[in-house]
Amino acid sequence: MNIMNTAHVRHGSNIGQNLTRREGALKVTGAARYAADHHPAGMLYAVLAVSAVARGRVTALDVAAAKAHPGVVDVMTPQNAPKLAHHPDEKTNPFAFRLDILQDAQVRYANQPIAVVIGESLEAATEGAVLLAPAYQAEDVVVRFEDGEHFVPAAVGVGAPAEEGHGDVEAGLRNAAQRVDVTYDTPAHYHNALEPHAIVAEWQGERLIIDTPSQGMAIAQGRLAGLFGIAPEDIYIRSPYLGGGFGGKGLIAGPQVLGIMAAKLVGKPVKLVMRREQLYGPIGHRGVTRQHMRLGADTEGGLTAIDHHILTATSRFDDFFEPSAGVTHTLYATPALLTRYEGMRFDTGTPLFVRAPGEASGSVALEGAIDELAEACGMDPLAFRLKNYAETEPLTGKPFTSKALRACYAQGAARFGWAKRPLAARMMTDAQGLLTGWGVGTATFPAHMFQASARAEIRSDGSGVVEIGAHDMGQGAWTALAQIAADGLSLDMDKLTFRIGTSDLPDAGIAGGSAHTATAGSAIHNATGAAIAALADIAMRDETSPLFGAGNAGVVSRDGHLYRRDDESRGESYATILSRAGLDSVEGRGEGAADQAVTENYAGHAHGAVFAEVKVDPELGQVRVTRLVGAFAAGRVINPRMVESQYLGGMIWGVSFALHEEAIMDRRTGRPVNGNLADYHVPVNADIPSVEAILIDEQDSLINALGIKGVGEIGITGTAGAIVNAIWHATGIRVRSMPVTLDKLLF
Amino acid sequence: MKKSPVSMTINGQPVEELVEPRTLLIHFLREQLNLTGAHIGCETSHCGACTIDLDGKSVKSCTIFTLQAEGAHIRTIEGMAAADGTLHALQEAFREKHGLQCGYCTPGMILRAWRLLQENPDPTDAEIRFGIAGNLCRCTGYQNIVAAIKHAAILMAGAQQKEAAE
Amino acid sequence: MNQFEYELAPNVENAVASGRSNGAVFLAGGTNLIDLMKGNLVRPTRLVDINRLPGLDRIEFLPDGGVRIGALVRNSDLAHDPKFARDFPAVAEALLSGASPQLRNAATVAGNVMQRTRCPYFYDAASACNKREPGAGCEARGGHSRLQAILGWSAHCIATHPSDFSVPLVAFDAVVEIDGPQGRRDVALEDFYLLPGNTPERETILAPGELIVAIRLPAQAALFAGHARYLKIRDRTSYAFAVVSAAAGLRIEGDRIVEARLALGGVALKPWRARAAEACLMGRRAGREEFAEASMLALQEARPSGENEFKIELARRLVVRAFERTAIDNTARLSPLPASIVNLTEEIQR
Repeated sequence: MNIMNTAHVRHGSNIGQNLTRREGALKVTGAARYAADHHPAGMLYAVLAVSAVARGRVTALDVAAAKAHPGVVDVMTPQNAPKLAHHPDEKTNPFAFRLDILQDAQVRYANQPIAVVIGESLEAATEGAVLLAPAYQAEDVVVRFEDGEHFVPAAVGVGAPAEEGHGDVEAGLRNAAQRVDVTYDTPAHYHNALEPHAIVAEWQGERLIIDTPSQGMAIAQGRLAGLFGIAPEDIYIRSPYLGGGFGGKGLIAGPQVLGIMAAKLVGKPVKLVMRREQLYGPIGHRGVTRQHMRLGADTEGGLTAIDHHILTATSRFDDFFEPSAGVTHTLYATPALLTRYEGMRFDTGTPLFVRAPGEASGSVALEGAIDELAEACGMDPLAFRLKNYAETEPLTGKPFTSKALRACYAQGAARFGWAKRPLAARMMTDAQGLLTGWGVGTATFPAHMFQASARAEIRSDGSGVVEIGAHDMGQGAWTALAQIAADGLSLDMDKLTFRIGTSDLPDAGIAGGSAHTATAGSAIHNATGAAIAALADIAMRDETSPLFGAGNAGVVSRDGHLYRRDDESRGESYATILSRAGLDSVEGRGEGAADQAVTENYAGHAHGAVFAEVKVDPELGQVRVTRLVGAFAAGRVINPRMVESQYLGGMIWGVSFALHEEAIMDRRTGRPVNGNLADYHVPVNADIPSVEAILIDEQDSLINALGIKGVGEIGITGTAGAIVNAIWHATGIRVRSMPVTLDKLLF
Repeated sequence: MKKSPVSMTINGQPVEELVEPRTLLIHFLREQLNLTGAHIGCETSHCGACTIDLDGKSVKSCTIFTLQAEGAHIRTIEGMAAADGTLHALQEAFREKHGLQCGYCTPGMILRAWRLLQENPDPTDAEIRFGIAGNLCRCTGYQNIVAAIKHAAILMAGAQQKEAAE
Repeated sequence: MNQFEYELAPNVENAVASGRSNGAVFLAGGTNLIDLMKGNLVRPTRLVDINRLPGLDRIEFLPDGGVRIGALVRNSDLAHDPKFARDFPAVAEALLSGASPQLRNAATVAGNVMQRTRCPYFYDAASACNKREPGAGCEARGGHSRLQAILGWSAHCIATHPSDFSVPLVAFDAVVEIDGPQGRRDVALEDFYLLPGNTPERETILAPGELIVAIRLPAQAALFAGHARYLKIRDRTSYAFAVVSAAAGLRIEGDRIVEARLALGGVALKPWRARAAEACLMGRRAGREEFAEASMLALQEARPSGENEFKIELARRLVVRAFERTAIDNTARLSPLPASIVNLTEEIQR
């Protein structure tokens, strides 16, 4: 931390304000330009041809037929694809997942790109891709747990151990007064951001200019630089707006690279937009899990052991194992804890990060099993959770940087009316005869931080500029980070020029792991602090300044002015200081990253409690969530409007997890059976009840200077479990296989 | 393949162009006319991002051939604000009530909501939720979208009363 | 999508003439056809646009109490016609249960009747499908079959028909008016659809060039106006195809049923008229026991075509529910919202 910063005090009134989205007017008028909205002069259209088999080889492509179609310019296949500097299977870092970019004729999953057709019109290129009429040599596929070998993976998630725990779980279970031994299944999910992956790529000599949605421009630059053998700074990425990301745009995907290769092949700008159906393959998904939960409790309802065994599948050619155990490491106090994994290889694309990767799937199993144990103990599920409240992080024993979960439980329960809940299942019926049930789930998500840099500038006209290559995928970075920036410079928002969304700006790290506001915000906080310090330094050295000699007491910044800290009546404006010094501007740079001393000694997590009411038709099995109340504590709230939206959106993803989403692969062919938005169900508005998110005040002086935790993913956790538990409370049926479709409730 | 002439009125402006018969209306709007506000989320009429107003009805422009729109009066998101840039009540409401996050579904959502309010100026929550069931929001801002449409309904009713009074 | 000739038909005569030519397909609302073309599942060489055929966009209420619906009437226009919704409430409910507002605005009534199955294997051009390629085999069999047929299926095809609209039409004896090279003919909608048998590629009795010009509901159908419902069970609250659906109608005099109608959707490759169930209710009380008996008869021939045995029991329960709802006089109120979630939406609205 910069010592000079600490001597100064900054005042601003933007953080905490309920500002509307700064780019809102552009989005409601259609003026916000997403990647596929670009159309450089001379642009051609590239269309993917994708594999209909999930494993095997492409043995023939009728390139001549495609080329003969009027308007088709070229066809890119493994034969003529531009040579790459790196093989796309080379693992250069933990985030370099293997890509399929026409390196050979091999097919590793259905919908893998096998050729790219480039045409003068989208229509011509699309038809050209059909005319390729590929032939395959197909091999047998595995897409079910029943059909292949299990093994213990070397690591799960990104480098996490496959087995962790403490204490004697078997003894804990043996000595328990009550036990549950249950298995929860969660299916594969696809991100289905409304904006499909798209790229408009243009080569200007050795310089590459791309419009493409990215949650991590610097990582993308690095990956592309490696593949194309050029310098990262010769790659210019524009990604000011993403039509949703949810993890699917965290890493550059093969099809985006193919768009760049196509542009290189034809020597013209190229636009490549994936079709919805093609997204079910090469861009990652939430891996399928089968989670065996064994829990024990003593006669008082205190946990004696948790054993969480996770079976999950990665692809046949790369490793990513859905890290579902994280929530179990975090949530409930237990003398014995064991989490372990087994893996399998499926003939699908490699699973990757989908909103709350690991936490979402783990949460439904843990919250379901905890609820079952509460039932076995004859306890109210909320009381049971409070009984097993973790005062320190269960896996590590570390204290929490902050934890306002009790307040979440209390306020959520009060708002929901939980106290009136009958203990037993199937006790409530509404006026129409629908079974009614109430359930609770605990939400949690780690407060990650990555690495980010920012640049701040104070100008002689009294205005400020803050630049950071941050990403707004809908969560509100344009607004929330600008609020931090304005306060960092003690300026009104209208005095601030705020730039994000292009790769020539300082690296903001990845917008993922719910860490973006904390990480980029910290970098902005430090950069603006450095700019203020530099400005103060100029003034304090200037004998003609009222700030001269403020010395160690430092200054106070407020409303574009600096004042002496030891005498706030003495001060002057930024403009005055810079004009007198004959400077156009003064600059500060800053970094954002976790404080290692804190992460080594403390556990940082956001928490929440979600309460759900469901109604179930007793004869027809139809379920509807009728009420959802979530209370969340995630440190400092920069913009309540944005934060509430993240919670509401996350909770609706929880509804989707519990009731709707399931990617189905045909067990014989490995092809998606429901790879489209008609058959892969996400909720429509009519599925959504009144949803309420309560923002619980939580001050965290340890997690980072601004006290920010993440809010983007926590809403999914807890919610799906609360719904499943409410379904039990309504019907007396424990459904342990997601999603809970009506056929599972015909009793 | 020869192109066929087509003419229509888009946001009050006459348009005459040549298109291939297989060109979908959404591609015509986006690629040929550079009206990129309507988006493509699925291209198979499921997501609603491409919703426009055609001859007084909400339709999904990904599932109409351009030639079918011969002579049609079309409104897209680009035609919602007033000529001087003043936002339409719905645009204002979506912004104010935070009925948008990533914004990708927003133009289609607003166009559908606009027609919904023409057909039913004072809808209940349930009528709104079913009325826009063909517009997916993955972010998912369903709650605030309903709030925005209700707010717009009030603004629009107020504007009408004011007009009537004048 | 392949290239094709586009032709705007000025009148029925020309349309029929053009429709006969090889590779020609009629284009109305296009909501299904265009998606099929995008998926390369059908590749017509000529599209005959019938959207502007004169006179086919009218709803005519016939002097005898029936109705003649022009082929090009849009789904939403029909559903929202107040007189139609009053006289044929189950049909209006079915229309509103289908698809989304935008699709209902674009889709025509004849197009709705003509829509193809939503079997995922039919839609996946890489799967074997006897409908698309006779003799190729049926990859749906042994595949993901949760939503497939439980009635009337064959070894060659286990798909279901997706239309909601057609279900009450079949229940209430709708007739399809067809124009074609051989002139006009009327066919009962129930007979218009063909079960798969050995020829699943043949879906309707339409001959090349034949065109639906209107759909008629007889005066008798309006006699059920007070007791007619369409209930649809689906996996999400709106905007999903039926797991199973039921159109039911009762005529009740005193405490006795004098006539009953029942057709099931989502169970077979055509709307499934359950005449045995109808017959068993004649002269009986409108009670749960009677309806349960009818439900057993309605599904007596049902058998699973895969992992979909649950649909049989679900359909039975739905039949009971549909008749129970139908037995309540519904002349006074018809929900503006789709039927399957009436209870729940009423809950929300409070």
